[in-house]
Amino acid sequence: MEFSYDDEQNGLREAVSALLARAYGDSEQRRRVVGTDPGFDEKTWGQLAEMGLLGLPFAEADGGMGAGPVEVSIVAEEIGRVLAPEPFVEAVVLAGGLVADLGTDAQRAEVLGALAEGRLLPAFAHTEIGSRWQASAQSVTATEDGGAWRLTGVKEPVPHGARADLLVVSALVDGATRLFLVPGDAEGLTRTGYRNHDGTRSAKVAFAGTPAQPLGAGTADQTAAIEKAQARARVAYGHEALGAMETALTTTAEYLKARKQFGVPLNKFQSLTFRAADMYVSLELARSTVMWATLVVDADGDVVAAADRARLQASRASRHIGKEAIQLHGGIGVTAEYKVGHYTSRLTAIDHLLGDGDWALARLAGSVGEQQTVDALQ
Amino acid sequence: MRLHLSPEDRAFRDEMRTFFTTSVPQSIRDAVAAHRELTKEQFIEAQRALNAAGLAVPHWPVEWGGRDWTPLQRHIWREEMQLAGVPEPLAFNTSMIGPVIATFGSQEQKERFLPATANLDIWWCQGFSEPDAGSDLASLRTTAARDGDDWVVNGQKTWTTLGQHADWIFCLVRTDPTAEKRQRGISLLLFPMDTPGVTLRPIELLDGGFEVNEVFFEDVRVPAENLVGEENHGWDYAKFLLGNERVGIARIGSTKRMLIEAKEHARGITVNGAPLSEDPYMTARIAELENELLALELTALRVVANSAGGRPHPASSVLKLRGSELQQAATELLVDIAGPLSVASFADEESDVPEWAQVATPSYLNYRKVSIYGGSNEVQRTIIAGSILGL
Repeated sequence: MEFSYDDEQNGLREAVSALLARAYGDSEQRRRVVGTDPGFDEKTWGQLAEMGLLGLPFAEADGGMGAGPVEVSIVAEEIGRVLAPEPFVEAVVLAGGLVADLGTDAQRAEVLGALAEGRLLPAFAHTEIGSRWQASAQSVTATEDGGAWRLTGVKEPVPHGARADLLVVSALVDGATRLFLVPGDAEGLTRTGYRNHDGTRSAKVAFAGTPAQPLGAGTADQTAAIEKAQARARVAYGHEALGAMETALTTTAEYLKARKQFGVPLNKFQSLTFRAADMYVSLELARSTVMWATLVVDADGDVVAAADRARLQASRASRHIGKEAIQLHGGIGVTAEYKVGHYTSRLTAIDHLLGDGDWALARLAGSVGEQQTVDALQ
Repeated sequence: MRLHLSPEDRAFRDEMRTFFTTSVPQSIRDAVAAHRELTKEQFIEAQRALNAAGLAVPHWPVEWGGRDWTPLQRHIWREEMQLAGVPEPLAFNTSMIGPVIATFGSQEQKERFLPATANLDIWWCQGFSEPDAGSDLASLRTTAARDGDDWVVNGQKTWTTLGQHADWIFCLVRTDPTAEKRQRGISLLLFPMDTPGVTLRPIELLDGGFEVNEVFFEDVRVPAENLVGEENHGWDYAKFLLGNERVGIARIGSTKRMLIEAKEHARGITVNGAPLSEDPYMTARIAELENELLALELTALRVVANSAGGRPHPASSVLKLRGSELQQAATELLVDIAGPLSVASFADEESDVPEWAQVATPSYLNYRKVSIYGGSNEVQRTIIAGSILGL
């Protein structure tokens, strides 16, 4: 059991941190970027590609860097630290991860290479209105006619669905959930994009007999693969949340020292400093669990259960830290001009993409009788 | 970054597990598991079994019985011990005064006290808190005045845990009442509890047990050579000692054992025709506690790995804070599972109320102490806010 990063990993963190500090060191810059479509900065996206970060987890044969989940976690944390709006987890870990897991040789080479180079942005079109955090498709259907597949139905909200160059779509085939690739310019595809509360973008994506290519060669149900890719994305989001929570806490601590009321700095009030201390406790407990989950991904252990554990801890911590960061700031915390509230907004969005804490707890509760203890050491 | 234990550490864990579950008498481990009060003899028997195997004081210097283990191995040792229901070596001896004597004591003191302290031939108690000096320990008022070759001690200590069993006391006393900073005029004295002028009054606790005491000193004469380290430097030794007290205070293995118990007992209680262990609210409550405990254990592993040079990682305050909260949550869970049976605390042998249900509430009430001792949780928040967040 080892929780420290090696020199190469520390170097990666420094490089990513420096790049993102140039882009978003000033929180006004982020406000400007998310103010216009596509809700992130194409130039910064390109720089992430140049640094090799968009191909980080993919095999070198597929045009990737062949790095592991620890490296991915480092990038996600730095993204969260400055609230960079670039869709790293969404495109690389989730949509790219599905293609890497399930794609044919040709699909992997085509999609992952282009993604790594920043030429192609994939998005996972999975959520449907009326369902909630399930791994299976609900109402979008796929039908085959002479070897040609067509999709019908609506996916919404699809993160970055309007900007995406390629959609990875879940659909029902005779009750089984299968995945399909749909290019952004496919016929019979209607996309209506809009802004999310955290400044990122989502879209309504409607398929009307839209031509689609099955992801992978087989015909088996792909629900389990979706579950696993989403689990890895939950862990990566956990790291993005850690970065965001850390900034929310340090920003709050700085504010308590600087802001004066009743003639003294706020940090003279124990009722406030104790609450900041509790935020630190939440952050460190979440950090341990999320880092551990990344190690489980790295060791190819029970990724789904580990992701649920990380999600539960990170969800509780995100809500605690996000809400307290605003409260300890006072009124300025709810303004759009000041940065801390945007952290709370993003943490709230992450918490509701792919399942929140109670959702994870319900899954863990279902198997609580099956094991005697939960052992950290394996 | 690596998930798995190395083969060496895995073997070490197996070795510990085997020893604790086979070489410490089952009757003692059963008493711990049942939350019964241990007798003095049981404490001594368990510690001597550990000491004979070199497992009582692994964190001491090697020449005095230490084992030169890695921080991870020490963690495994402690957790396996708690999980097996083995009473831990007496903290006053092995975590508190032993390391202080080993670090600051004279050669004579080391030779005289350390082997006997490791083997529990001497039972130590802690003379720190006073009626007006709790979290604010530096305001203590017990005095020691020099008279020839002796110190003469007058005053009172309180919350002296298991003082009724103790042979010796390590006692913070004010030796320079004129010191400008009150922390500066304090010294650490060692003396036998049967010295003339020492009297002890047990304090009954909410659980009906007698765990703590008041200790009174009236002209107690202590030979000058029983002062540890330097005169008026006792505060430094106290801080060193309390830092050690905080390590391992998370008691993760012990809480894990309580959750195992809780699951077992919940299976045996029927609610509306189904076992309580299948009630959705109960399973969610247990699952959340298990996850909190996992987070704490992982944090402990991060902290032990980064506590280089014997100085505790700043996040060790998290361990005390959260560790005490989870111990308390587990005892509360057991009371709630016992439900209506939880009131029958002192039922006699004729009663059908199972022992675990009888002791559930006394344990819960007793465990309110864990967020108070070892630096109250409010003190821990002060440390986190001050030394970590700079507030």
